[in-house]
Amino acid sequence: MKAKNQRLTLLVLAIVAMLAAVLLAMSALRGQASYFYAPGDLAGQPLPVGKAVRIGGMVRKGSIRHLPDGVTITFTVRDETPNIIRVRFRGIPPDLFQEESGVVAEGRFQPDGLFVADEILAKHDENYKPPILDAKKHEHVTGEVR
Amino acid sequence: MIAEAGLGALWLAASLSLLQLFFGFAALKPPAEELGRSVRPIAIAQAVTVVIAFFCLIDLFLRTDLSVRLVAENSHSLKPWLYKFAGAWGNHEGSMLLWVTVLAVAGAAVALFERRLNERTLIATLAAQATIGLGFYIFLLFASNPFDRLAPAPLEGNGLNPLLQDPGLAFHPPTLYFGYVGISIAFSFAVGALLTRDVGPAFARAMRPWVLAAWIFLTTGITAGSYWAYYELGWGGWWFWDPVENASLMPWLAATALLHSVTVLATRDGLRAWTVMLAVVAFSMSMIGTFLVRSGILTSVHAFAVDPRRGFFILILLALYIGGALTLYGLRVGTVKEGSTFEPVSREGALVLNNLLLSVVLGLVLVGTLYPLLTEAMGSKVSVGPPYFNSVAGPIALLLVAAMAAGPLLRWRRDRLKALGRRMAVPIALAVLALVALVLFAPGMRILPLLGLGLALGVGAGSLAPLWKRNLRRTPLFVYGMVIAHLGIAVSLAGMACESAFTVERLVAARPGDTVSVGPYHVRFAGVAPIAGPNWTAIEATLVASRGGGAPFTLTPQSRMFSAPPTETSETAIATRLDGQLYTVIGKPAEDGRWQLRLWWKPFVTLIWLGGAMIAFGGFLALIGRVLRSRRAARRGEEAYA
Repeated sequence: MKAKNQRLTLLVLAIVAMLAAVLLAMSALRGQASYFYAPGDLAGQPLPVGKAVRIGGMVRKGSIRHLPDGVTITFTVRDETPNIIRVRFRGIPPDLFQEESGVVAEGRFQPDGLFVADEILAKHDENYKPPILDAKKHEHVTGEVR
Repeated sequence: MIAEAGLGALWLAASLSLLQLFFGFAALKPPAEELGRSVRPIAIAQAVTVVIAFFCLIDLFLRTDLSVRLVAENSHSLKPWLYKFAGAWGNHEGSMLLWVTVLAVAGAAVALFERRLNERTLIATLAAQATIGLGFYIFLLFASNPFDRLAPAPLEGNGLNPLLQDPGLAFHPPTLYFGYVGISIAFSFAVGALLTRDVGPAFARAMRPWVLAAWIFLTTGITAGSYWAYYELGWGGWWFWDPVENASLMPWLAATALLHSVTVLATRDGLRAWTVMLAVVAFSMSMIGTFLVRSGILTSVHAFAVDPRRGFFILILLALYIGGALTLYGLRVGTVKEGSTFEPVSREGALVLNNLLLSVVLGLVLVGTLYPLLTEAMGSKVSVGPPYFNSVAGPIALLLVAAMAAGPLLRWRRDRLKALGRRMAVPIALAVLALVALVLFAPGMRILPLLGLGLALGVGAGSLAPLWKRNLRRTPLFVYGMVIAHLGIAVSLAGMACESAFTVERLVAARPGDTVSVGPYHVRFAGVAPIAGPNWTAIEATLVASRGGGAPFTLTPQSRMFSAPPTETSETAIATRLDGQLYTVIGKPAEDGRWQLRLWWKPFVTLIWLGGAMIAFGGFLALIGRVLRSRRAARRGEEAYA
């Protein structure tokens, strides 16, 4: 093989490989990326039952309950809207998990609207707030200005 | 005083880097060639001054000088000595100062030790290194000054995030930075060689040890970081596909590809343009990683800054350097001469396959990491987690590992598939045997761990095959290095597969006196007691574990409460045995006197990090081997002239 041809072949191979990677990534992302819901996002739309999603908001005051097995808790997540999400979680919640503070949970909705969390994400920063709340506040402020 | 001295040193270092940049690039044109002689000393002086600035910062942290804003915001007088010291880089400004210090030290190392590279290319390389440095000096001085004073000084500091208060902090960030930032040397070499039109085998041989050194640090840093996250976070996982982890994995993938393609260039003078491109890509990944981690765009232990200007600044630097390098590449790639050719079935062919597969994995990880940021910019929030990465990157990584076993068994330039089949017969047979045994005796395994474990056995045997029928005493050190590093990949893969397939987890609420069984162990919960450390108090559980008729031993996981800042963390207690680890965490008190206990039995999980250490050690042997051989060659050359 001539040198020039070889370089061209390699270039084509590299491009094909990268394209394949991006296509594969895109098709996988469509199936695997999990969407994020705040309680307010769920108003007036069907629940994504059975799909892996994330939810986030604030843990409502006084809503954390311990079930008799000692390792399962239930709590309610709220945001600025009247909507809430009920959550059940079996496991040790992260150290920063408490009432009136931000939470992000990963899991699936049951048909009855209960969210069964596989994992409560430990946002390691004690100042962490779910991004959706900050964004909402921001919208609110700009709305007033307008 | 010390803070002002540090700031002065930082300004001096910045000015020196500006000088290094000008002199270096000016020396490329004939009338100013004399200037080139001063570039090496300037590079060394720049490193010395920035190291002085860095020591000033460490001194401020050790003495807890609260009149310095950074110390007041991130330290506390009651912190143990080690965390005062390491806390100097446990924050945004300090870690950026460490970044630029490592950058300058790496540049100075090139100036001091690199003797093989063409002198003009070396000077262009140092000029490129100074260009990178200058941008980060400006960033430090104008947007993240670590020596900023605070008046009036507060009475006490805010303290360091307790999750970071671990000996790992003293080791993991500097190691990772040496790898991360060390890749800049490869980038600067590539820019230098493009500028002087010097891309060839001699350039590759000079660049290889530097790439290898950065890669060893990167491997060590990632391995150590993974183990740190594993025992500190208490979630039982060792890799979370967190964007911050991906930020260190991506440069590693690119550097691994570079390491292999630079070998083709050094040995066979092939893949010239490709190797230069990879050097640019590898450092781009370091820059993207720095952007992801330091811009505050992500929230995690690593993201200290939540100041949008900083992210913007790093983004501009990223665009300038990468855009500049790619433009230079586009202009000069036509002048890079064609290298020698090879047949598809050959060592070169296998290394090209290695590079392509690594690039694909890199692309997949990059897309998955950036996708949430892109969609967020467009208004919808998604998260991309382990299901995506495992399902797309996993299979390709397995393919890559399989190719890795075949590569070293192929001859350079031209070989035959049949011959390869003969050399691979034993490893393939072993892999098939392992698969059959697993399907028979461990039914119900998921497909990835199953293939991973089978492949690990075959590849482990395959990676030893290059030593077969060789005179072991005359085999060069770098061949041993390759064999050990490849074997390390197989060992690590086996650990990952075992961990994912055979881990047993128990989560219970137990009363003192209860016994819980997990895997082969019976764990008796003896009780809890309060204890106090230097800057924390804790509830410590006493667990007595025994296995079969073996002697019982005690594990003491803690739930710690730090006072500054007020935070709870859990300290895991881990018992390491030859065939795995017993991993225990104490959670919250449940009602009626019970305590949450989370126990894991993780068979062979330690192989993951043992493999990582072997990979780094293999790289180290290869580095020693290469340096010794080039010394010997140089000496022989001198003798020939004498």
